[in-house]
Amino acid sequence: MIKLIVIGTSAGGLNALSFLLAALPPDFPVPLAIVQHRSREMSDSLLPLLNQKSRLPVEEVQDKAVIQNSRVYLAPADYHLLVDTDHFALSVDPPVRYSRPSIDVLFETAAYAFQSEVLGVILTGANRDGAQGAQHIKKRGGRILVQDPATAYSAVMPRATLNAVQADWVLPLGEIAPFLVRLAGENKSS
Amino acid sequence: MPDLIFDPKAPVPPSEKPSNPLSLDSLEAIEIALLVEGIYRRYGYDFREYAPASLLRRIWTIIQAEGVLTISGLQEKVLHNPDCLERFVLGLSVNVTAMYRDPSFYQLFRQKVVPMLRTYPSVNIWLAGCATGEEAYSLAIMLEEEGLYSRCRIYATDINESVLKQAKSGIFPLELMREYTGNYLKAGGTSSFSEYYTANYDHAILRPSLTRNIVFAPHNLVTDSPFNQFHVIWCRNVTIYFNKVLQQRVHKLLYDSLITFGVLGLGSKETIESTPHQNNFEALGSEALYRKVS
Repeated sequence: MIKLIVIGTSAGGLNALSFLLAALPPDFPVPLAIVQHRSREMSDSLLPLLNQKSRLPVEEVQDKAVIQNSRVYLAPADYHLLVDTDHFALSVDPPVRYSRPSIDVLFETAAYAFQSEVLGVILTGANRDGAQGAQHIKKRGGRILVQDPATAYSAVMPRATLNAVQADWVLPLGEIAPFLVRLAGENKSS
Repeated sequence: MPDLIFDPKAPVPPSEKPSNPLSLDSLEAIEIALLVEGIYRRYGYDFREYAPASLLRRIWTIIQAEGVLTISGLQEKVLHNPDCLERFVLGLSVNVTAMYRDPSFYQLFRQKVVPMLRTYPSVNIWLAGCATGEEAYSLAIMLEEEGLYSRCRIYATDINESVLKQAKSGIFPLELMREYTGNYLKAGGTSSFSEYYTANYDHAILRPSLTRNIVFAPHNLVTDSPFNQFHVIWCRNVTIYFNKVLQQRVHKLLYDSLITFGVLGLGSKETIESTPHQNNFEALGSEALYRKVS
């Protein structure tokens, strides 16, 4: 049973996220929370670009926003995104591994709040952010899906996570959305 | 700075299956509740209503820095050792900010709020949670450029006295000045940013005249009362560390401290919606600037 999907990506992430979100149906039930590393120049354009591609509504998280089904939540530029029981919280704590938002912070707090009911997804990226967060998710019984490094724009981030944890699934980008739909379907039947 | 809360590779004993540390009955939640209760009763600092996820992360960061192993271990050290308390407060309250963070916020303030301030013979401003002073100096520069600074008094407060000391010094790492210069221009600065500081080795020393109307003073938003009436209050990215109950209380304090038609400025991802006074404010534009209308 997956109640929250957390996604982390950096270099090449815009294309990967666009592709993934476009392939999810508008009634996809599980909430998705995304950390995409980005430059300040890119920060204003990311949300409208993703909203153009996604059939689910995408929003930048406001502090204390309640986590709702069938929505996509994007970490705002220059804030950490944390999961606090049933809602999100933001922080301006120092960057972690030079990143704010940090994938590790999102994954780690999602693991606290949702325990085994969280799925962490690592997509293309050129640094090691997310690997430790993935360990936290695994430690608490959650699951990890990694984009097949061979299909990633940058394989560094998927490889770092694969080195850090025993991933549950490794899939090419094109197969991730159909897989998530099947997984969410199992939620219903279970 | 360590960024690991637990060592995830450490084996989990079967008797200690990880439970949700944010849920009330888990061991960590019990330890944290005892720790913050103890600190409150011993020292008066009240972290009992801080938002749990960031509190937990910060406490584990402190635990690693203090060389203890558990939250209970930290509790013993902090209760018996006031120096440790000081570091604890610092670890829980250091907010990393920048000069002209969110330049569009400053731009809107200049366009919409500065003209209102011109109508007052003297202007009281409160920066609640000023941290190391970046916002106070950014605001002072803007008011100076608008010819208003002489009649303004900026009360810049923080729970943490050591960040206030740093703020008072007006000294910042030189390497940040390039970024701040960009922000300054985007925020509508009308001069050249380099006029406001002198470079000394790897430090930038802000022009001393900028501090002339800033009062840096300790104030605790959680436990202290209103201390003045203000035309402007900024409380940006401070209450994001509080839980919803505490946020509401602090918002009442801010509301009570504003004059009618006073202006409240929040962080870009905070809103007054769902605070007790949301209907007493009107938004001044697309940034988190609100005017108290009733």
